[in-house]
Amino acid sequence: MTADTLALLPELCLLVGAIGCLLLGSWTPRWRQRRVAVAAGVAVAASLLATAAGPAGITAQTQSAFSGTFAVDATTDVLRLVVGLSLAVLLILARAEIRGHARESEVYVMLLLGALGVILVGGATDLAVLVVGFLLASIPLYGLIGLSAGSSAPEAAVKTYLLGGLSGILMMLGAAVLYGLGGATSYEALSRLEEVSSAAAVAGVVLLLVGLLFKAGAVPAHPWVPDAVEGSWTVTGAFLTTVPKLGAVLAIARLLEVLPEDRTWPLLIGAIAAASMTVGNLAALGQRDVRRLLAWSTISQVGYLLAAAAAVTGSDDALPALLLFLAAYAVTNLGCFAVLAAEPERRAVADWRGVGRSRPVLIGALGVGVLGLVGTPPTAVFVAKLLTIAVTWEAELRWLAVIVALNTVLSLAYYLRWLAACLSQATSGAEGRDGGQGVSPPTGDPGPLLAGRTAGRLAVSCAAGAVVLGLVAGPALTLTR
Amino acid sequence: MLSVLVFLPLLVAVGLLWPGIGDRLARRAFLVVTAIEVAGVVALWTAYENPGPGRLAFEERVPWIPGIGSSYHVGLDGLSLPLAAMTTVVFLACAVFALAEDQRPRLQAALFLFLETTCLGVFASADLILFFVFFDLSIVGMYLSIHGWGHGDRARSALQFFLYTFLGSLALLLGFVGLYIASAPHTFDMVELASSPPLQGSGTTGVLVLGAILLGLAIKTPTVPFHTWLPPAHTDAPAIGSAVLAGVLLKLGTYGFVRIAMPMLPEAFRAWAPWLIGVGIASVLWGALVALAQTDLKRMVAYTSINHMGYVVLALGAAGLAADGGDQTEARRTAVSGAVTQMVSHGLLTSALFLLAGVLWQRRESYTMREYGGLAVPAPRFAALLGIAALGSLGLPGLSGFVAELQVFAGSIATTPVAAVGLVGILLMTAVMLRAVQQLLTGPVGGLSDGFPDVRARESAPVAGLLLLSVTVGVLPRPLLDLVEPAAAVVVSLVSR
Repeated sequence: MTADTLALLPELCLLVGAIGCLLLGSWTPRWRQRRVAVAAGVAVAASLLATAAGPAGITAQTQSAFSGTFAVDATTDVLRLVVGLSLAVLLILARAEIRGHARESEVYVMLLLGALGVILVGGATDLAVLVVGFLLASIPLYGLIGLSAGSSAPEAAVKTYLLGGLSGILMMLGAAVLYGLGGATSYEALSRLEEVSSAAAVAGVVLLLVGLLFKAGAVPAHPWVPDAVEGSWTVTGAFLTTVPKLGAVLAIARLLEVLPEDRTWPLLIGAIAAASMTVGNLAALGQRDVRRLLAWSTISQVGYLLAAAAAVTGSDDALPALLLFLAAYAVTNLGCFAVLAAEPERRAVADWRGVGRSRPVLIGALGVGVLGLVGTPPTAVFVAKLLTIAVTWEAELRWLAVIVALNTVLSLAYYLRWLAACLSQATSGAEGRDGGQGVSPPTGDPGPLLAGRTAGRLAVSCAAGAVVLGLVAGPALTLTR
Repeated sequence: MLSVLVFLPLLVAVGLLWPGIGDRLARRAFLVVTAIEVAGVVALWTAYENPGPGRLAFEERVPWIPGIGSSYHVGLDGLSLPLAAMTTVVFLACAVFALAEDQRPRLQAALFLFLETTCLGVFASADLILFFVFFDLSIVGMYLSIHGWGHGDRARSALQFFLYTFLGSLALLLGFVGLYIASAPHTFDMVELASSPPLQGSGTTGVLVLGAILLGLAIKTPTVPFHTWLPPAHTDAPAIGSAVLAGVLLKLGTYGFVRIAMPMLPEAFRAWAPWLIGVGIASVLWGALVALAQTDLKRMVAYTSINHMGYVVLALGAAGLAADGGDQTEARRTAVSGAVTQMVSHGLLTSALFLLAGVLWQRRESYTMREYGGLAVPAPRFAALLGIAALGSLGLPGLSGFVAELQVFAGSIATTPVAAVGLVGILLMTAVMLRAVQQLLTGPVGGLSDGFPDVRARESAPVAGLLLLSVTVGVLPRPLLDLVEPAAAVVVSLVSR
């Protein structure tokens, strides 16, 4: 039991941190909540340290904890690292954006709890743990969206909650069906499914997938994403388009690995991947609001992630490729959202005209970010996408490799539309509003300006991270083998 | 040494991004670095010894992504060295031409140095992923150049350019992945892939993989019918942007044919050869005919590029036709050698033409040839330079274009008589160029020509330098051909497997 507890030390750090922040936040006056942010940061740092130096460690042998319900292997460790680093970025972003908000400390708590749930989803090897992880990852999400200022936040929260509730119930139903068929909730029991009637088993797996696709924000459980991103804080949008996907896609990959050898499942995931990337890209083409544009772009990105996941049974390189893609996607997507946070007043694509002149460094970071999402070398997503095309090809899913390439071209149009707006001359109206200085600082309160600077620095760091990860992709890949 | 040559411009470009640097210093740095690059290439050329088949000179190799058999692998041979040399010369010419640039010169210098690294990187790459990285980044750089420094409807042209060529590069990437999957053990190394080509005897798969690669290269080159991005991109690009785009970037496509398509997929290439000959002839004729119909000088030069690249594709297609006997080998070598010479020659001549077009724009903001007339009177030096460039472009003996086109047709027609149809293209090109010279330079001085200031030293020197090199190749082709011919022989032997 002690060994089990130690194996879950990174998760424990997050849990203790969340509870600690909740208590600390209740005793802290509103204008001194910096200490809560620091506490949350310490919890994340501890979790990262525990992952790097913990009993499992990246290179340690695969083991599982709590009677084989949670895998403690290299895959989980990578997930812990990526989620932990994303959390670090999100905490800084949250501090910059909602400093002094009445619910500031609660936001930190929910970020920690939500991330913990995501790690549980990604590491689970048992249906019951998967469901628990799903709930833990979802409920803070509803809270985060609902807390956000803005008139459309309640509507977005309700929409997300309804869709999340429905997919959660379907997921539990699927788990129940599979339990009924296999007689156990462990993933191992799933591999014995071929002995039982296949229609019921297929229904069970598909229902289970619905919940995970909701978490991943993939088609067909995606409609909440654009509304939630548009209606909530930037930090919330950054969280919900990045972190839940990481765990959900890994969970799908893990499920695929244990399901009976069958061409059906990779094909199904491949089809979902193709639908997700195509729908996301087509919908993004027509968006005027950059938040909605980014939201649809993340729906398409999850399609690429799922394409790598679909190949796990057909290629040995697929899982490393997927893990690299998760890290690459996280750093790139967070960078794009940090750019949004740096210019919070600019919502429509047209509002970004001329920003390239007033904030060249920020737009440079945005350029690396969106071209990174496209898959332009030498950024990390390029290497990941290249590997994805290679592994899907190798896994006999060649049509999927072609669809990935075609969708990449499709996605160019809207990413470039945004970038081109930034680079073009400012219209006289926009220039008058900003005085060529980006956000106009409200008199007497340096807060927003400061926040914009912090977010800008964060964006540049993420962009640099995306390029560096791309250049050191070789060593990074060997870590995950 | 080679890596220094490739990455020095990038290093300086990053340094130029530092906000405190003044415009004067930036222009100087641009000039000095491009001059050092030329000197570096000259040093490499003098030190160059034919590495023999399957080897590269100045080779450097460091593991990069060992998991997928990709490494930082660079090297040069008789195909890439002339093109790398031509690249550095074109960039030096651009640096001189840009000495009077007043529109954000610091950023422009940084951008063009970045572009120089990507172009040299493509020619030096001996790894498909590395090749692709540089290939793609060159598109990003050119996009920014057209968008930031162009004129007219530049945002739209830049976007069209980006979308079109990026689509091509993705097709290329798919083809690369196909090669990678088919190779055993999996590798992206170009030397290894060329020495033991995968997909030999695989029938349709090889044809499809090569199809993807050819599509990507055809868009970049561009050949008919994938050329529609080129005229708007050229028309709205800044003068030095057009020079680099036509002079260097188009060669990235045709270079891919000799470097990747022919050695790595010989069997499939032979299957595609008749199509390539068709596409080549179509490009030659269509490019020339449409150029004849242009009233805008820059659009006209853009279409002549399509015609000139058509000769290259035609020659390479002819070289890929299945050889019946040993006597054909010589002809096919000539064709390949002509194709490579044409790449170098076109780079020199077209860059010169675009820089001259840039002079027109800087003075009068118009490319419409009808609006000028009699330019030879107020601007005799301009007229002389334009005249020589135009004559070179139509393939007059004594200039590099003649050496190239003679080899192209001597080699191609011996392999397949159909290639003779392409000769009509030369006739049409003569009409195109003479008409342009006539409209711009001769006749009564009028319209925009009134008081047209002649070219200054910093405008005439780069053009004269490029033309001088073209004349040198035309009169003394041996040094170039000594480099190209052995490499062309290797390509022909590789594609005959």
